[in-house]
Amino acid sequence: MTEKVLTPEQVAQVFREKFGGAVTDIRITERREGAKKNPNFNIWIDIDRSILNPAVATLIEIHFPHFAVISGVDAGDAVRLIYHFTVFYGNPGSECTVSFSVNLPKDDLAVPTISSLIPGAVFSEREKQEFLGVRVTDIPDGRRLFLPEDFPEGVYPWRKDETGIPEGMIKDLWRSRRPTDRPAPPAGEKELCELPAEDAPPKEGSS
Amino acid sequence: MSEGKKSPYIVPIGPTHPALKEPVMFTFEMDGEMIRDVDFAPGQTHRGIEWMGMRRNPVQIVHLTDRICGICGVSHTLAFSRAVEQITEIEVPERADYIRTIIAEFERIQSHLLWAGVAAHELGFDSLLHLTWRVREQSMDVIENLTGNRVNYGLVQVGGVRRDIVPEQHRIIEDCLSAYEGLLGKLLDLFLHDKTIAMRCRDVGLLSKEDALKLCTVGPTARASGVNVDLRQDYPYCAYGDLDVRAILPDQYAGETRGDVYDRIVVRLLEVGQSCGIIRQCLSEMPAGEITAEPKLAKLLAICKKARGEAIGRVEAPRGECFHYVLMEGKEAPASWKVKASSYSNLMSWIPMLRGEQIADIPIIVASIDPCLSCTDRVAVVRAASRSIYSKDDLHRLSVEKTRRLQQ
Repeated sequence: MTEKVLTPEQVAQVFREKFGGAVTDIRITERREGAKKNPNFNIWIDIDRSILNPAVATLIEIHFPHFAVISGVDAGDAVRLIYHFTVFYGNPGSECTVSFSVNLPKDDLAVPTISSLIPGAVFSEREKQEFLGVRVTDIPDGRRLFLPEDFPEGVYPWRKDETGIPEGMIKDLWRSRRPTDRPAPPAGEKELCELPAEDAPPKEGSS
Repeated sequence: MSEGKKSPYIVPIGPTHPALKEPVMFTFEMDGEMIRDVDFAPGQTHRGIEWMGMRRNPVQIVHLTDRICGICGVSHTLAFSRAVEQITEIEVPERADYIRTIIAEFERIQSHLLWAGVAAHELGFDSLLHLTWRVREQSMDVIENLTGNRVNYGLVQVGGVRRDIVPEQHRIIEDCLSAYEGLLGKLLDLFLHDKTIAMRCRDVGLLSKEDALKLCTVGPTARASGVNVDLRQDYPYCAYGDLDVRAILPDQYAGETRGDVYDRIVVRLLEVGQSCGIIRQCLSEMPAGEITAEPKLAKLLAICKKARGEAIGRVEAPRGECFHYVLMEGKEAPASWKVKASSYSNLMSWIPMLRGEQIADIPIIVASIDPCLSCTDRVAVVRAASRSIYSKDDLHRLSVEKTRRLQQ
């Protein structure tokens, strides 16, 4: 492990030079907070899924990264997975995040596992399998993680298409009224509020 | 029967068990008293908060994030707010950054003291549990004074904070800090120079630095294994960039790092003292000014609705890195939201810690990473041979019935 701290631009340059066309876009964002406004940098790298493992291996050569989590987005005709890492921790003020984004078309939702390089990633990969319906190839442990054992097959909570949570599975707790075979409460019961006609989230503060 | 008696035999512990403070299902493969292998199943309490968040707007979500965890109310809300502020390009006033830092550090103090009490209890040292939990009350009182609540503070919002810290409150905070600084020596003495605690915790539940890195461990669990990580040092947010915080590693106290349960106690107790120093520095250097960038919620919501982009909000929660990814696409609700709580990264480290240990050490090793798995979404009731699942609706109805019965 090298302890040399590179600037975000240098990190981006390593990936540009090594992978060429398989890296489709690199963005660097920064955020400054507090009175001194010291910057924090975030590097976003869009890559082709074929170079996912080589890209992680390259990151390990730069500095053994801390793997945070895989985020996922249902982007309509594709599922986008974002692998979040951080490098240069241990150096005050120098840590930056590196996020690899891969696009998986919905007719082929397979992505290679990175657990041979970072064993701890299997936890997040299991979660993505059950929540987004992606298939992590060669995953050492493909069991469910958070969802209950009786959760139906083929339903993926974070998907926004027909495989998402169906209306029938949603429980509106506020609808469960008090039992009818009981004595009347001291005060009159409040009317239930009406559901908005469309299924958009309830508006707040827009009036 | 002959098959069943051969080792290894299987000991299930969980999903809820008197020896565990958090609901998780463990399956131990035992060889006599020794743990040969272990597997665990989380998700006993998964509430689908990300799903709910993707159907709500950021002004509503901060109330949801306050309730992800009963201890880390500030951390989750702060991480989410920081992500949204980056997407909407809202500049948080400097005074709000300082107030956020102060409340986050109080959260760390009360969380670490709570954990220390649990650890003492798991070791069978209940008088120490009572002492730590009694002194923890003072920080809870200060938090209540600052926010109005002991839990679910509702202090942080997108763009700033809801309540200011006024000069009259400085004395209350200062009283609490000096009380803790006076107590810390006693707590360190009780925990670290006690023969029984040393015997139970030294070289128990080992996690090597290499394993800690490979299994993506965060926070005090990682630091106790010698990994120099602390977002307040490495990736300073809010006021931490002004304060020069340095990660606390066990070798600073004991001269060596072993990565055992004892080192995890060292790190957490020393961090209580560190937090007191950070709060004091924040109070004295706190700039004057506004406490929120946009006090009108309707206006704030309009800004959020127009926002497009993705961002990461990271916060050093008491248990380690709390990570929120938010993607906004010009709609009221985020297009995607991923919450990575600190324990999410730490659970995998249980496996190397528990392997080869004794069955009696399971509770303290499990507790040593300070796991936090949140509240329940469903209950399975096994009565005789039949098994039925009570839904939230059923439980709600049953509780209403019970209340009515009590009222009669």
